Amino acid sequence: MGYIRAREVTVAFPIYGGSSRSLKKTFMRAATGGVLARDAGDRIVVKALDGLSFEIKEGDRVGLVGHNGAGKTTLLRVLAGTYEPVSGEMMVLGRVASMLSITLGMETEATGLENIYLRGIVLGLRRSEIDALVPEIIDFAELGDYIDMPMRTYSSGMAMRLAFAISTSLSADIIIMDEWLSVGDQSFSSRAQVRLRQMVDKAKILVLASHDPNLIRTNCNKVIHLDHGKIVNIETIEPPAPPG
Amino acid sequence: MIPSRQLTLAVKDLKDGIASRHIWSTLGWQEIKQRYRRSALGPFWLTISTGTLVAAMGPLYGRLFGQDTSSYLPFLATGFVVWQLIASMINESTQVFIGAEQFIKQIRLPLTVHVMRMVWRNAIVFAHNSVIVFLALAFYLPQWEWSALLAFPGLLAILVNGIWAGILLGLFCARFRDIPQIVGSLVTVAFFLTPVLWKHEMLGRHQWAAQLNPLFHLLEVVRAPLLGTTSVALSWVVVVGMTLVGFFVTLVVFARFRGRIAYWV
Repeated sequence: MGYIRAREVTVAFPIYGGSSRSLKKTFMRAATGGVLARDAGDRIVVKALDGLSFEIKEGDRVGLVGHNGAGKTTLLRVLAGTYEPVSGEMMVLGRVASMLSITLGMETEATGLENIYLRGIVLGLRRSEIDALVPEIIDFAELGDYIDMPMRTYSSGMAMRLAFAISTSLSADIIIMDEWLSVGDQSFSSRAQVRLRQMVDKAKILVLASHDPNLIRTNCNKVIHLDHGKIVNIETIEPPAPPG
Repeated sequence: MIPSRQLTLAVKDLKDGIASRHIWSTLGWQEIKQRYRRSALGPFWLTISTGTLVAAMGPLYGRLFGQDTSSYLPFLATGFVVWQLIASMINESTQVFIGAEQFIKQIRLPLTVHVMRMVWRNAIVFAHNSVIVFLALAFYLPQWEWSALLAFPGLLAILVNGIWAGILLGLFCARFRDIPQIVGSLVTVAFFLTPVLWKHEMLGRHQWAAQLNPLFHLLEVVRAPLLGTTSVALSWVVVVGMTLVGFFVTLVVFARFRGRIAYWV
């Protein structure tokens, strides 16, 4: 199952400076009311998303394009379920895999193996499910005996390989990505691409934010153009050519 | 007042959070391991430092207050260890959401998971510290009563109150960044105002002053049964009332602002 529907989704960020977040100002506002209140209470709000409505169905590969600050990342976070819209409604059906931060939950002091469990649990897996994935992850990340060493002893490439291997080891209905993931040196990178491709192909929906028009063209059948938090247009493009 | 949908979502968050035991137990335990990684004794350093403190302060304060060491030391050991649990839960409550910023922004988990993580971490620390209590009691109060087991529901009550306090304080602190400083200093003051070092009986006819302090009752439901004092009915009434009122207020506030926490952290 994979289905997403947004109805008039609006997200606004309150901007708190160092001072406006303080209690003093809030108390002052309550206590004084008049002139000061204007000064202290005028909260600046940035509308990151403004009344978005769209529908994404099973099989859709959606590209999000737009300038920096157009609202791509915010929309991805709303889809991932971390930001709740201020108004409007976002309905997301299906298991979501957020590829926004593939290292979230991992600890440098913990061993590679411990990190597989930590990351796996953060991704919503049970210990028993992770048990089954462990050998394959270790194998794919090419860590060998290093898996029992603390992650701080890893090179940055090794750490990324591990994070990538874990995050791409589970299947999901909906995949959310901010730019196409790419990791490692050349030989690993091509294996990684195959693996990521498999994961994406298995998923029912892909939402990919990117600045790269080629990437969008080769992967997506639908493009949502965002500008200043609004949808400029939604176009349907030719379905992606089969790989190879 | 509060739309019922928001209330439903808040209750669901609380229920799912508590039910996600595999997440908070793993993450909480990981944080303990993280703190003591590469140290030989690990969390037992806490036991040692608490033990040293009690052993050093026991005879001194016993003398200052004109108390018999054999009754004062177990009193201090029990009270101090339980106080540490309460105080550290209050202090860490201020950071439950601020400290979990990365999690909250990147991945969908019930927010209560981060609160449960804090409670669980403190329960583990308490388990290590409780060795001190056992030693002090075994040494000075060799005769045991079955009623000492009443300390367990008391302990559970403290942890359960930690859940609502964590949600409520965590939420306010995510919004107003001055509150953690305020809470920190209040907890320090509360340590001296709550009968931890001194016994409430010492106040004579002013005992009501201690009875007005809810933290005293929270302390008492664990300490009193261990020390063989009965008649903690009043304390239980206060603690149960505090739990109910606490959860009620927390749910109202949580229902209203739960969706905003991700924007605040």
